[in-house]
Amino acid sequence: MTSYLIKGAKPLGGGPADVLITDGRIAAIGDSLSATGAEVIEAGGLIALPGLVDLHTHLREPGREDAETVETGSRAAALGGFTAVHAMANTDPVADTAGVVEQVWRLGGQAGLVDVVPVGAVTVGLAGERLAELGAMADSAARVRVFSDDGHCVSDPALMRRALEYVKAFDGVVAQHAEEPRLTAGAQMHEGDRSARLGLTGWPAAAEEAIIARDVLLAGHVGARLHVCHVSTAGSVELLRWAKSRGVQVTAEVTPHHLLLTDACAESYDPVFKVNPPLRTDEDVAALRRGLADGTIDAVATDHAPHAVEDKESEWAQARPGMLGLEQALAVVVETMVETGLLDWQGVADRMSMRPAAIGRLAGHGRPLAPGEPANLLLLDPAARVTVDPAALASRSRNSPYAGRELPGRVVATFLRGTPTVLDGKAVR
Amino acid sequence: MKRHLLESADLDRADATLVLDTAAQIDQALAGREVKKLPTLRGRTVVNLFYEDSTRTRISFELAAKRLSADVINFSAKGSSVSKGESLKDTALTLEAMGSDAIVVRHGASGAPHRLANWVRGSVVNAGDGTHEHPTQALLDAYTIRRRLGRLAGVRVAIVGDVLHSRVARSNVWLLHTLGAEVTVVAPPTLLPVGVGTWPVEVSYDLDAVLPKADVVMMLRVQGERMNASYFPSAREYSRRYGLDGRRMAALGDEAIVMHPGPMNRGMEIAAEVADSVRSTIVEQVGNGVSVRMAVLYLLLGGRSE
Amino acid sequence: MARSTEPARSPSSGSNPGVLLSAADVARVVDRMAHQLIERYARGGGVGDDGAIDPGSADGGLSDLVLVGIPTRGAPLARRLAARIEAFTGTHVDVGTADITLYRDDLRRRGVRALEPTILPDAGIDDRLVVLVDDVLFSGRSVRAALDALRDLGRPRSVQLAVLVDRGHRELPIRADFVGKNVPTSRSQQVRVHLTETDGADEVLVTDGRPEVRAAGEESQ
Ligand SMILES: [Zn+2]
Repeated sequence: MTSYLIKGAKPLGGGPADVLITDGRIAAIGDSLSATGAEVIEAGGLIALPGLVDLHTHLREPGREDAETVETGSRAAALGGFTAVHAMANTDPVADTAGVVEQVWRLGGQAGLVDVVPVGAVTVGLAGERLAELGAMADSAARVRVFSDDGHCVSDPALMRRALEYVKAFDGVVAQHAEEPRLTAGAQMHEGDRSARLGLTGWPAAAEEAIIARDVLLAGHVGARLHVCHVSTAGSVELLRWAKSRGVQVTAEVTPHHLLLTDACAESYDPVFKVNPPLRTDEDVAALRRGLADGTIDAVATDHAPHAVEDKESEWAQARPGMLGLEQALAVVVETMVETGLLDWQGVADRMSMRPAAIGRLAGHGRPLAPGEPANLLLLDPAARVTVDPAALASRSRNSPYAGRELPGRVVATFLRGTPTVLDGKAVR
Repeated sequence: MKRHLLESADLDRADATLVLDTAAQIDQALAGREVKKLPTLRGRTVVNLFYEDSTRTRISFELAAKRLSADVINFSAKGSSVSKGESLKDTALTLEAMGSDAIVVRHGASGAPHRLANWVRGSVVNAGDGTHEHPTQALLDAYTIRRRLGRLAGVRVAIVGDVLHSRVARSNVWLLHTLGAEVTVVAPPTLLPVGVGTWPVEVSYDLDAVLPKADVVMMLRVQGERMNASYFPSAREYSRRYGLDGRRMAALGDEAIVMHPGPMNRGMEIAAEVADSVRSTIVEQVGNGVSVRMAVLYLLLGGRSE
Repeated sequence: MARSTEPARSPSSGSNPGVLLSAADVARVVDRMAHQLIERYARGGGVGDDGAIDPGSADGGLSDLVLVGIPTRGAPLARRLAARIEAFTGTHVDVGTADITLYRDDLRRRGVRALEPTILPDAGIDDRLVVLVDDVLFSGRSVRAALDALRDLGRPRSVQLAVLVDRGHRELPIRADFVGKNVPTSRSQQVRVHLTETDGADEVLVTDGRPEVRAAGEESQ
């Protein structure tokens, strides 16, 4: 196996150091390292971060390979600096059996660009009626620990309670898509001033907050772990802060797009900005950034949701919700959290690697940059500014909400267990 | 004028006044003549692209275009390639390739005309999109008010009913505001959008309190099905609290008029004796609709001032 | 040929360069045109050698006459002519206006503009003697549009044309029956008629225009 000597990178934004990678692990970190036979990578000015971990990726395979495959999604992830992604269960067929999660897991291994960690459905067919075989998925080769009906809310409180309890047996976690369905029938965008004017049915913040409030009470009651997907409102942040202060084992994620974009984007009626939960207000964005900065929100997760052209090039109401995220996630975090002074590089590593890996119970990811640790890391050029061109993305889909937008930072290299998946900003395969 | 008419906000006060003035001149020019046709848009093609059934709006636009000598194509989404799954974009490109100069679009999805406008070179006229807007209805309403009352500035207009789901209400709120009228929306709170507080209107839940001060009462159609979604308990209760009947009409000032965009639910939001009274402009609104739509088509298609 | 009583004169020959007709000149020319109309239409219609006007009834003539002005400045001109005819003869003459904007064939080039009123006398124009009135006759396209408009407004017995200024350069086979003043011009020049009703003062100006900004077919500027 090739050895690599990364010269002059700044681990977690600290002082320059050399990083030697051998046999898939970090062999040494220090000044003026040398190693015969190692491939040298000049990394002056680049920031070294642990490989990013995404708790929330839609890879669309099996079922919608025209929108994304495990391989194309893995490539997009690697280009974004990720070394592990959780593949959501809302595929066709739904990942609600050991067979399907193992299929996805195997496809990920074959692509070999990131570790693809399947998420198992909470309920059979995401129908919200009865539990899927959670234990079988946990025991499968895919070793599922995160369970989610994402795209749908587990809205039945009794069923949610049982799911929370049941996964305790294998240290699992239920990742809830918090959306009270009766309050969001036909909803198209955030309910507020803009929805009133645009004539698009509103998605009230209360529909998210009501479920979060209920679920933190349930999780506290049964002593189970709860993870809240894509938190989008200031009220949700307040509820999470309260629950954590009470000792509830709740974690939460926020998407890059909820950190950057607002419901003003809907004024174009361009469905590339249609997403669930919807883009919210400036006040919500500010609260989410603060919540991520103070740790109330644990992680950034992309909710990368590729969609075929025909599912987006349509009327707003007919379009499917979701937007691409993997390739721009780190850049958006740099813009919204680092350049604003809300997070330092250590904080970025914590919210995008350490904590999500811990929530997903992934050994080998989210580890410190230290000798002996698996060599999962990325090199970022923080000075670069890149204008997003959807046609140039590795994803099979083009529904990036950042098209034409200039964002800071460029991932120059990504290593998965010592093997480069991205070099010179290009995917190795 | 902008190239498209997608929402009332596309019209500033000067533009909106130009439309109304133009409609008035057209009305006057055509009044009493045998030949109700003008050669203005000879050789232009206007497509009526209707994804929802609305015979009255379609006919109004069709008549307007034909009176200006445009070629008119009626493209009903029902029974066409559209119902076989052709996308709005493909339909737009097809119509574009056929040389349409203007597309008049009625669509059940809010914002569909905005999307269309991205894909065609010609003009797009919104003939009603979802629960968003119906700008030519607002123009004809404003035109009707101005004809009846002689002015718009300072006129007190009460818009009553299902504001939440009404594109007519939205278009009228913005246009009447632009033209200087004072608008009050009146509805049960369930039928007002969250965020109505940011609109340039007064909000009232009490029709009886508003009527004596109103110069214009614009009644919106209320669908009986709304009660199934608990917007109100029953049609009877709605009618009792927000319907305009003869007793309530008597509370209006002498000059006040009653409007309705149609089609009416007689007995629900409006009583027959009100709809058929001299205060009612309902029939007049239909006629004014043709003149206003002629003005809009002329101003959008007649050519662009450099 | 149309009759003009004012000898053609070079626009630059006046004491005030550019002013073709002063306010007094305009009044004089309007009076003369009124007399020509009376001569033509009074007493059963004295028919000129260039057209067969036969009112056919003893009280025809002036009472059958309708002066239809083409907005903008044809409309006040028509009203002035009618007022002068009434002053000279004591006979009321009907006046109307016909906006031709919606009849123009050059909308694509010129762009839209605000419409002006079309108002006909209560008795209409059917079977009457219509005289179209405009300020300047140039390409003839406005008159063509006005004739199209008249066709839709009714069926007059005859239509004749009166203009304050004929500046030449016709693009259509159209000529005026009554001309206040013939003015030879170059195409690049602009002839501007100002009237008190629309512009605050009476005068006719000729200026050296910029041919590149004049759209083909533009008739009066
Ligand atoms: Zn979700």
